[in-house]
Amino acid sequence: MVAIASYPQTQVIPNFERDIYLPYLAKIVDIRPMTALEKVFTIELPNGMSLGHRPGQFMEVSVFGVGEAPISISSSPSRSNGTFELCVRKVGDVTTALHNLKPGDKVGLRGPFGRGFPYENFRGKDILFVPGGLGLAPLRSLINQVLDERAHYGRVIILYGARNPGELLFKDELKAWGEREDVELHVTVDRGDETWTGNVGVVTTLFKHISIYPRNTVGITCGPPVMYRFVLMEFFGKGISEGNIYLSLERRMKCGVGKCGHCQINNIYACQSGPVFSYREIKGLEEAL
Amino acid sequence: MSLTILPKPAFQEFVSRMLADYRVAGPTPKNGAYVFEEIHDASELRMDYPTTLLPPKKFLLPTREVLFKYTRQNGGVLQDPPESPPTVILGVHTCDLHAIQLLDTVFSSGQYDLHYMNRRKKTLIISIECLNPCDEHSFCKSMGTLTADEGYDLHLTDLGDRYAVDIGTQAGEQLLAKYANARAADKEDIQQLNAVISAKWPKFPYRLDFDVSELPSILELSMKSPLWQELGDRCLACAACTNVCPTCFCFDVKDEVELNLVDGQRVRQWDSCQLDEFATVAGGHNFRASRALRQRHRFMRKGKYILDAHKHLGCVGCGRCARACIVDITPVGVFNELYRQQEAGS
Repeated sequence: MVAIASYPQTQVIPNFERDIYLPYLAKIVDIRPMTALEKVFTIELPNGMSLGHRPGQFMEVSVFGVGEAPISISSSPSRSNGTFELCVRKVGDVTTALHNLKPGDKVGLRGPFGRGFPYENFRGKDILFVPGGLGLAPLRSLINQVLDERAHYGRVIILYGARNPGELLFKDELKAWGEREDVELHVTVDRGDETWTGNVGVVTTLFKHISIYPRNTVGITCGPPVMYRFVLMEFFGKGISEGNIYLSLERRMKCGVGKCGHCQINNIYACQSGPVFSYREIKGLEEAL
Repeated sequence: MSLTILPKPAFQEFVSRMLADYRVAGPTPKNGAYVFEEIHDASELRMDYPTTLLPPKKFLLPTREVLFKYTRQNGGVLQDPPESPPTVILGVHTCDLHAIQLLDTVFSSGQYDLHYMNRRKKTLIISIECLNPCDEHSFCKSMGTLTADEGYDLHLTDLGDRYAVDIGTQAGEQLLAKYANARAADKEDIQQLNAVISAKWPKFPYRLDFDVSELPSILELSMKSPLWQELGDRCLACAACTNVCPTCFCFDVKDEVELNLVDGQRVRQWDSCQLDEFATVAGGHNFRASRALRQRHRFMRKGKYILDAHKHLGCVGCGRCARACIVDITPVGVFNELYRQQEAGS
């Protein structure tokens, strides 16, 4: 049906000894409240281990007694030195339990899983990031990776939308990105408040502020399910080709290893072939968006 | 590999002897139907059973199993090495044999599933040739599963007063040597075996109106068929079809806590793509919110997706889902209707 490109991905090496469902323990070393619903957890790996992830990959995070949930990695490989970050919205049982933990508490981990962004292929190109809401969490991993090897890339444009000013994530980093000469940042909120002086409107309203060179631009988006179709229309409107559009898709991966069936999109297991796809790979797939 | 003969009294003896060293499961009667159950006496077996409510899958992928135990004290994980007794499953029909071969592929390829594979490695399978159709729902002949060349350790064919035993693996050969008094087949046995096998084929009807090799392409062209909505309108999303399926392997994972609130275990249990919340994500969005889409997903998996991924069809024609469905959604009906729609459209 759809051939999934062979861009860099984690190789599956069968291990006949290791239990793929058994988490290892890691310590939470820092918890930063971000909004009313989101916190950023810094997690230290045991024995000085490095996570070795790619931007766009996810972890299976356990709170024993409550369960396990797939959560995207929010820190970039370039800044993951024995630790990594998860930006977690309190939305279900496991994430609520996570929010109740304290620094020093341990969580169970499996992963990293899935296919991340093929960012080596983006070198020399302009990158247009369009995160919506919590979609900034996985894209921040890639944005910081790109900024840490900034010279390899052309323009870096970020169009970020949240529902209201209180729900903007990583405000300190947004501020820093906004102050950089080599980052074009546009932020909007669906509904402003008395303090808000910036753009108001959904994230697609920001496209009118930018002009791009479509043949040299990669468009990347992640956000709530409803957002993708509208952002895709804007990408096409700007002339970006299907193969240069990348989406990170949300699914409830229960096993992360291509068995349990929960993340399946037609014949594709998002936990193995995704969650990052180029639009060309998924455009024929019913149920993908 | 080679053919031996086991007179029926010797078969009873064979089973009795294995019971000393193995957990032995086989077809037994229960409430007017048949089930695969652990037996404690050879006389419990009904080797001439038509079909069972659940397939023998449950001995390899239990409805519910502990993946590991944990204690919340110090946040520790205690590994519970998956232990299962050495098991012999008796009387497996060839449709279920094909299904087990698919499960073996699913759980051994890509990421290796220790829990399934440890059980599988300790399991010997003694299958039996079907000589009569089980009922009007099975369509094994159409699916190419009315016989099997591999996947068994020993394979029996009923020759009246004795079984012809085909040895499939070395483990099967050793089992037979250790626990049974079998004799080599002679010319007469082989003649009778051939007569029984050639007499059986005409008794089984073809139920698909097309060759099974066409099934994946028929399904691929059926994504937008109006049939899915019709099925969705009838389907009650009860998940009976997936619960009785020998090839369904999707599962859910959850934590259970002991009453001391400190210790607990992580459990996996069968799940179903037919249930409403199966494809729902944390924020509440459901990627297959309608029963029509879920039925489509199920049949696509059976006839195409699983084949694409694992080189085995996800349907073996056992007919259990058709028997279980109270609104009469059947794979034969669905596949034939999709074929008819395409013939009418082209």
